[in-house]
Amino acid sequence: MRSPVALAPVVLAVIAIAIVALPAVAPAYYVTLMLPFMAYGVVLLGLNLLFGYTGLVSFGHALFIGIGAYTGAVLTTHAGVRHMELILPAAALTAAVVAAPVGALCARYVKIYFGMLTLAFGMVFYTFLLKFYRLTGGDEGMRMLRPYLFGSEWAGFSKTAYLIGPYYYFSLAVLALATLLMWRIVRSPFGLCLKTIRDNPLKAESLGVSVPRYRWYAFMISAVYAAVGGALLAPPTGNVDPTLAYWTHSGNIVFMVLLGGFSSFFGPLLGAFVFIFLQDTVMSVFPYWRLIFGAVLAFIVLFAPGGLMGLFARFRPAEVGRP
Amino acid sequence: MILEAQEVRKLYGAYVALDGVSLSIREGEFVSIIGPNGAGKSTLINVLTGGLAPSGGTVRFKGKDIGGIGPAALARLGMARSFQLVQIFPELTVLETLQASAVSRLGRGPHLFASLRGDRQVQAEALEVAALFGLGDRARAPARELPQGDKKLLDVASAFALRPDIILLDEPTSGVSTADKHKVMEILVGAAKQIGLRAIIQVEHDMDIVFGYSDRVIALHQGKVLADAAPAAIRADARVVDTVIGRRSPHPNPLPPGERVG
Repeated sequence: MRSPVALAPVVLAVIAIAIVALPAVAPAYYVTLMLPFMAYGVVLLGLNLLFGYTGLVSFGHALFIGIGAYTGAVLTTHAGVRHMELILPAAALTAAVVAAPVGALCARYVKIYFGMLTLAFGMVFYTFLLKFYRLTGGDEGMRMLRPYLFGSEWAGFSKTAYLIGPYYYFSLAVLALATLLMWRIVRSPFGLCLKTIRDNPLKAESLGVSVPRYRWYAFMISAVYAAVGGALLAPPTGNVDPTLAYWTHSGNIVFMVLLGGFSSFFGPLLGAFVFIFLQDTVMSVFPYWRLIFGAVLAFIVLFAPGGLMGLFARFRPAEVGRP
Repeated sequence: MILEAQEVRKLYGAYVALDGVSLSIREGEFVSIIGPNGAGKSTLINVLTGGLAPSGGTVRFKGKDIGGIGPAALARLGMARSFQLVQIFPELTVLETLQASAVSRLGRGPHLFASLRGDRQVQAEALEVAALFGLGDRARAPARELPQGDKKLLDVASAFALRPDIILLDEPTSGVSTADKHKVMEILVGAAKQIGLRAIIQVEHDMDIVFGYSDRVIALHQGKVLADAAPAAIRADARVVDTVIGRRSPHPNPLPPGERVG
């Protein structure tokens, strides 16, 4: 709580400058790796409102990633809607419509029951994507046409130029806005109410906080974030398929949050970043990357429950040179 | 009449926990509810605080039927409670805990993008209550790091910070050392005046506290009101002395603290 507070804005500013400057200095390959990081960043900010701030672990949030991604795919291929500025609100709205009843039901349960219920809804949606192939393309999925950004088609741009140029900065803008809004949410009176529920629902109720209602609000917000992130995830691959909504994908994003640290605001963003780049590195040298990731997960749970941010916090005083 | 229970019955299957309890709490009163294990005190608290719907009879708060409306709704209506077993928010600081009460009281909970730090009224109310309870110098400490006695105070303080009309204290001095319990009670009574509470109900085993602070005592026994009178009359009531207070010493504690079941 001493000098790290003053240090934090500096670190953030350096990181922000690095991210903005990256396309100018880094190889295109690494720039494109930043795209899933930014998409997952948005997803995880939302997931952590539920996990780190409200105390609910969802094992079905890939459902909303899928909704976001498929909304984009359906709009670009079937409806001729190509502007990303329209696709993202549409994804958010669709997710909110689905999350309203799902969340109302799930918010009545806690702990493993909440987790299992979200998992169940995720599986229902996965099956829907598989079976309603006329709309969704079944297990092959469907194409997501290159969306227009900032009002332009970017017709003269090659796919790579498009991704490391306009799409990179569009994603960055969305992530920045999502971060700013979430930063405000967790520091608002609303955020405080969520934290009381996380810490002690019985006590929160006794202070007049309607626990199921606030859990529902948090669920809705996190679903909207997941859908926006999901919609951002699709254009780089140009394709969406049901694995986006599969439960292992839900597991992956929970892993990212744990990796970065759920009790820190920026932990999930760090988790997404490390996950993406670690996965890329490990996959290129070792085919059984899940083996490595399993070991990492076990290590985190056993020795660093606060994730990477927790480790930093532990070593920070020594690093700064003060006891 | 702020709070009134009429012929309240509560059954758990065939077991009768409350068997026609009637009581009323008037403006400005400090009322203690006493009774041995299994007398129905916990059930009564849960019915009075809206957590349990009575099987029969009515509970009216400010003229409104509150049977089973739930603790959150009741808190917003103006009745707060503290807990026998300390309830805190471990990761929140003292100030944040009290801010949560103020946020709830002022209906600021749904303010999604407002700044909590910039909310002067919430900040001021939380600081004021922290000072009233002598928690001012620990305001920025996480609740989990407080000593046990301060945790108890914080639990009660957060209920006071709702600025309720009436507060129900479930054993406010359980877990507090004998040396500190009167200090705690002085703080409570002082804070109640400052905040403008209209009545206090407490459930208490400690007869020192019961007879030292109450305007009126209600003795429960086997789900029924055994006596409802001023402290002096209660002490002179042979039935109450036999079943609740005990005869051996003038102010014995008839039960081990924190062991209440009914």
